Amino acid sequence: MDLDDTPEQAAHRIRVRAWLKEHKGEAPVIGNPTHPDAITDEAEIISARRAWQGKLAEAGLAGVTWPKEYGGQGLGPIEQVVCNQEIAKAGVPGILDAIGVGMLGPTLIAHGAEEQKSRYLGPMLHGDEVWCQLFSEPAAGSDLAAVQTRARQAEDGSWSLTGQKVWTTNAQFSSYGLLLARTDPEQHKHKGLTMFILPMDAPGVTVRGLRQISGEAEFNEVFLDDVKLDEDAVVGGVGNGWGTALTTLMFERVTIGLGGEGLGYNSVRFAKGIASDEHGRRDSEVRRQLGEISSELLAVRFTGYRTLTALQKGQIPGPEAGLAKVTIVNGAIKAGDLITDVLGPDALDEGSEWAYMISFLPGLKSAGGTEEILRNTIGERVLGLPPEPRLDKGIPFSELRSKEGATA
Amino acid sequence: MNLALSDEQVFLREAARGALSRFKTLEAAREALDGNDSALPDLWPAACEAGWPGLLIDEAHGGAGLDAFDAMLVLGECGRVLAPVALLGHLPATAILNASPAAAGLLEPLSSGERRAAYLPTMPPNDLVDGWRVDPAHGSTRPSAALAKDDGKGGALVSGALAFVPDAPGADLLVGVALLDGKPVGVAIEASASGVSIEAVHRYDATRSLGHVTLSDAPATLLDAPEEALAGAWHLAQALIAAESLGSVETALEMSVAYAKERHTFGRAIGSYQAVKHALTEVLRQLENGRSLLYYAGWAREGAPAEFPLAASAARSVAGRALDHGARTMISVHGGIGATWEHDAPLYFRRAQLSRRLLGGTAAATDRVAGELIAQADAA
Repeated sequence: MDLDDTPEQAAHRIRVRAWLKEHKGEAPVIGNPTHPDAITDEAEIISARRAWQGKLAEAGLAGVTWPKEYGGQGLGPIEQVVCNQEIAKAGVPGILDAIGVGMLGPTLIAHGAEEQKSRYLGPMLHGDEVWCQLFSEPAAGSDLAAVQTRARQAEDGSWSLTGQKVWTTNAQFSSYGLLLARTDPEQHKHKGLTMFILPMDAPGVTVRGLRQISGEAEFNEVFLDDVKLDEDAVVGGVGNGWGTALTTLMFERVTIGLGGEGLGYNSVRFAKGIASDEHGRRDSEVRRQLGEISSELLAVRFTGYRTLTALQKGQIPGPEAGLAKVTIVNGAIKAGDLITDVLGPDALDEGSEWAYMISFLPGLKSAGGTEEILRNTIGERVLGLPPEPRLDKGIPFSELRSKEGATA
Repeated sequence: MNLALSDEQVFLREAARGALSRFKTLEAAREALDGNDSALPDLWPAACEAGWPGLLIDEAHGGAGLDAFDAMLVLGECGRVLAPVALLGHLPATAILNASPAAAGLLEPLSSGERRAAYLPTMPPNDLVDGWRVDPAHGSTRPSAALAKDDGKGGALVSGALAFVPDAPGADLLVGVALLDGKPVGVAIEASASGVSIEAVHRYDATRSLGHVTLSDAPATLLDAPEEALAGAWHLAQALIAAESLGSVETALEMSVAYAKERHTFGRAIGSYQAVKHALTEVLRQLENGRSLLYYAGWAREGAPAEFPLAASAARSVAGRALDHGARTMISVHGGIGATWEHDAPLYFRRAQLSRRLLGGTAAATDRVAGELIAQADAA
């Protein structure tokens, strides 16, 4: 049991560190408005980060686990983590399109046609074309297989898509989206689904920012109104959309596992918030709460290392990795609450370090599946508890809505 | 990076499970609560046979020379079946002696288990309190550590009172910390020496052997263990009781899950209800967090000693709460039957309530986590 690099990993780390040292100056300066080179314009930030992603990819610091033939390094998850750690240490931004490179690219590698891989993967990795994930809908989140966006096929094989997607990160500047749609409502819920590649500039696609509690729009809604797609836009075969989506969700868990404390919700940061108050840092009740919250957040760091160990051995992280998300989000919520108790209304000032976090967390609780659904999944798959009786099994999707109405 | 059990560690854990399965520890725990102390099996011979007394002693002195994490695996197995093996007292004591070149002569019989040691728990200073302190026999005020004075013959005479010392009754050697001219020093005291009194005490959980130790000018061997080793023994004890607690949580969760699958109400297994399912995944969440922190503590003791106090305290904090929550959930999931004398759940509940108050208590460990992090924040 150890946390040290193997000689190969250490050599890799030295190479990565050397490259970053040499090229650090080329990285865009964001989130630091007092810096002389700071970029503050939203559009400029995006284009600068795309260019920086290209440099990271060129240098082999992005898509580390991708096969070499698609521009990756063909290395393991640990090597990707080494890159992420060194990038964080160097204080430079990481890649812009973490969703594409971390989740959607690997899905294309697993399920895409050869022409799709050769066409899309290179520009995705280099940040030339940013991707978004068009899975969730207003009535299909935790119950993702309930998507209603409808894709109809014409005689000539082309498709027409109509529906609405939501919670889409990066849609406002994406070139493409990986989209889950219903192609056959007469099949069972999980059967009649198909995955598509959607050009975001296709006629009939409308992207609208979705403002949240903080006032900022971290996500988008995407509307599809009779959007035409060619036959070759299908990924993984018609009717196989659910299996393809599960691959993406699996890579989402891997990305979370590799990200560790990437959200910045870590124990030392919260301790710093408390330590700034002379009374709070000595108050036994404040210390008890800080100690309890922090102990759990520290645990998540090492749960991440356990996940990495499993990945390195070729094991795929199961749904229990989702418990780490529950711990992080709830821990950060409690920490924000405690810090506000100690610092008072100043912690809620728009300029404070904490106001944005406090606003962002209530929504994050449901991101990637609500906590309640996650606990169901873990209870059933990990603990082996019997499933909740379900009304959506064994009947065509088209009949499901009327059945829902009957039991309401 | 490798945070998985080695083949040897898997074997150590399986062997421990096998060795302890030969004893009816839960039945004995219940009988002992009814006043029949002799019901508790003497597990020390089995521990000696398995080599546990020497786990943390160098091979040169007859020990296994293993790490804290290996010891935690054994304690976890003890916790699973509430086995009263006197390791919580013995292992931190041997860790101090193993770090004391002058005490080398004491180690051989402690490795084999021919003699048994007990650690005199003394809490090192934290960011708010400068002194070394001990648990009180009553209430919440923590007295200062035992005091040592020069005996003029190269040894010391130690006086002090240490309450609720794990595994003190029947121990041959007491090992701990005393203040000599205000400075902490390691001391080893023969339990049979003049000036030593050990009063066995029972509180709530009959499987936990505890003693109030009173020292009045008790003759002691002065140890040359560095101060970090003296503090390290305290943190090791925190990590060990955390591991033991999490072993108990494992059993509590397994029993609860099994019952939730077989017990039906309103035509369904109760485990299919979200309320029950979510309660059980909460026990799993706390258990997994605790396990991750055992890895942290196990790694930090050798790999990042400056973080060992934080890691061990965090493990203790999470494990203490996990055990309380796991035991309470076990009772709730079982319904009324879970609160009856015949059921095993109350034994785990009793274990949880007492364990959380020993060795400074879960609360002191939680406070140390805050203190360590505030210190890190100040330094950053």
